[in-house]
Amino acid sequence: MEKVLILGGGTGGTLCANRLRRMFSPEELSITVVDENDDHLYQPGLLFVPFGAGAVKDITRPRGEQLRSEIGFVREGVERVETKDNQVHLSDGRVLDYDVLVVATGTVLAPEETDGLSGPGWMEKVFTFYTPEGATALAAALDSFAGGRIVVNIVDLPIKCPVAPLEFSFLADAFFQERGLRDRVDITYVTPLDGPFTKPVCARVLNGMFAGRHINFVGEFNTASVDGEAGTLTSYDGREVPFDLAVVIPVHSGAPYVNVSPGLGDELGFIPTDIHTLQSLAAPNVFALGDAAAVPTSKAGSVAHFEGEVLVENIRHFLAGEPLSSSYDGHTNCFIETGFAKAMLIDFNYETEPVTGHYPSTVGLPLLKESRANHLGKLMFENMYWHSLLPGRDLPGVTSAMPTSGKHLADAIRKE
Amino acid sequence: MTTQTLAGVDVELNEEGFLVKPEQWTEGMAVELARKEGIDPLTDRHWQVVRFMRDEYFAKGTGPTVRVLGKTSGVTVKELYELFPKGPAKIAARIAGIPKPKGCI
Repeated sequence: MEKVLILGGGTGGTLCANRLRRMFSPEELSITVVDENDDHLYQPGLLFVPFGAGAVKDITRPRGEQLRSEIGFVREGVERVETKDNQVHLSDGRVLDYDVLVVATGTVLAPEETDGLSGPGWMEKVFTFYTPEGATALAAALDSFAGGRIVVNIVDLPIKCPVAPLEFSFLADAFFQERGLRDRVDITYVTPLDGPFTKPVCARVLNGMFAGRHINFVGEFNTASVDGEAGTLTSYDGREVPFDLAVVIPVHSGAPYVNVSPGLGDELGFIPTDIHTLQSLAAPNVFALGDAAAVPTSKAGSVAHFEGEVLVENIRHFLAGEPLSSSYDGHTNCFIETGFAKAMLIDFNYETEPVTGHYPSTVGLPLLKESRANHLGKLMFENMYWHSLLPGRDLPGVTSAMPTSGKHLADAIRKE
Repeated sequence: MTTQTLAGVDVELNEEGFLVKPEQWTEGMAVELARKEGIDPLTDRHWQVVRFMRDEYFAKGTGPTVRVLGKTSGVTVKELYELFPKGPAKIAARIAGIPKPKGCI
């Protein structure tokens, strides 16, 4: 019997394991998931924690319980992968063999890579909402914040959910308006990009939203250091942005074992992967998806979901000795919370930037436009995540390939 | 797109000033492209970065980001900004005759 080993029991790893289990009987294929802990966190939920709208315990469930029966779950860290031997070495010394390996171990935050970021003031005046501890600590800080300068700073890309810092800024604006404190709070968005988003149509809309909400924008700012005591961000070109409270998204790296696994990852610990088949460049029987994969789209749950559908098909092809004919198109779908119970939706892929229109077809949720329906969609999605997406069921109307029928594609600025 | 003469050769530059055909690049062009960025002369340290950018581009299809440069080029991020104050990845890519590094979405 052939063995599939899946490293990581998060969004991508879990839904792949469950989809493969439905595809192959336990007599045909052994499936094992490895993760160092048993806490499956619904990561999109972290956004709301700083504003007192949800607690970490409510968005965390046991990893093992999200896996179908007849899927093995090994709770242990990974020490390294030896692709030439088809083996994974675990932290406790055990060695697991595989016929097919799926790398789905996501990213880790690396605040220590930025001077001063994890130094004095960290978790007191300088926070991140990208971790359960950070989001919880930030909730207390925002609750007692009576006025002053808040900066939201992306140190460098890639980061998970690149729209989350935008959402945080919009929700902070709404939060302080609702508390009657907005005129005493200055919000500044500080990013290494030259606009709030990389793609022009979406960036234009977001620029207008920043202006309308009096959120200051500082672009092309490459953070060299964070001084929590003095309350200053400093860029490599010597600019300074003062703050009373900083919400910083630290740089991201792949899981630490990647760097000590010969030939597996790139300089940042992500897995170089064929962007369509999701087969790694390290070895033909190694695949990667989700945040762990070095593919040119957002690191987002929707990406892991759409990739997962393609990946399990290609694993089936691989095991049958067939060409890997299933192809991921870069499809990404993100709700952007904009405050006051509204949200926007963007939908795009490798070739098509986010545009206006409707999703998934001409009748559906409005794209690139604030609406209450999108906000409800975002809230409802949490339930779908646990009960449909992770178990590997198809979501109604949601396909891996990006739909085009509802999109105003003429708005898109064509690629060169 | 504009056509310019660099080191005696007519080349096409895109609207952001990046060479359209990286294989046309010569060291002489790098010197002239650097001068336009206010970098004169190109020191050994500049050349180390410029050559590294080209090698990475031809090996991987895109130039490295600043963070990757700092980890792999043998030049720290701090020094990269001293060498190319207006943004190491972008400016060094322009001088190296390769497209603007894609960075991330």
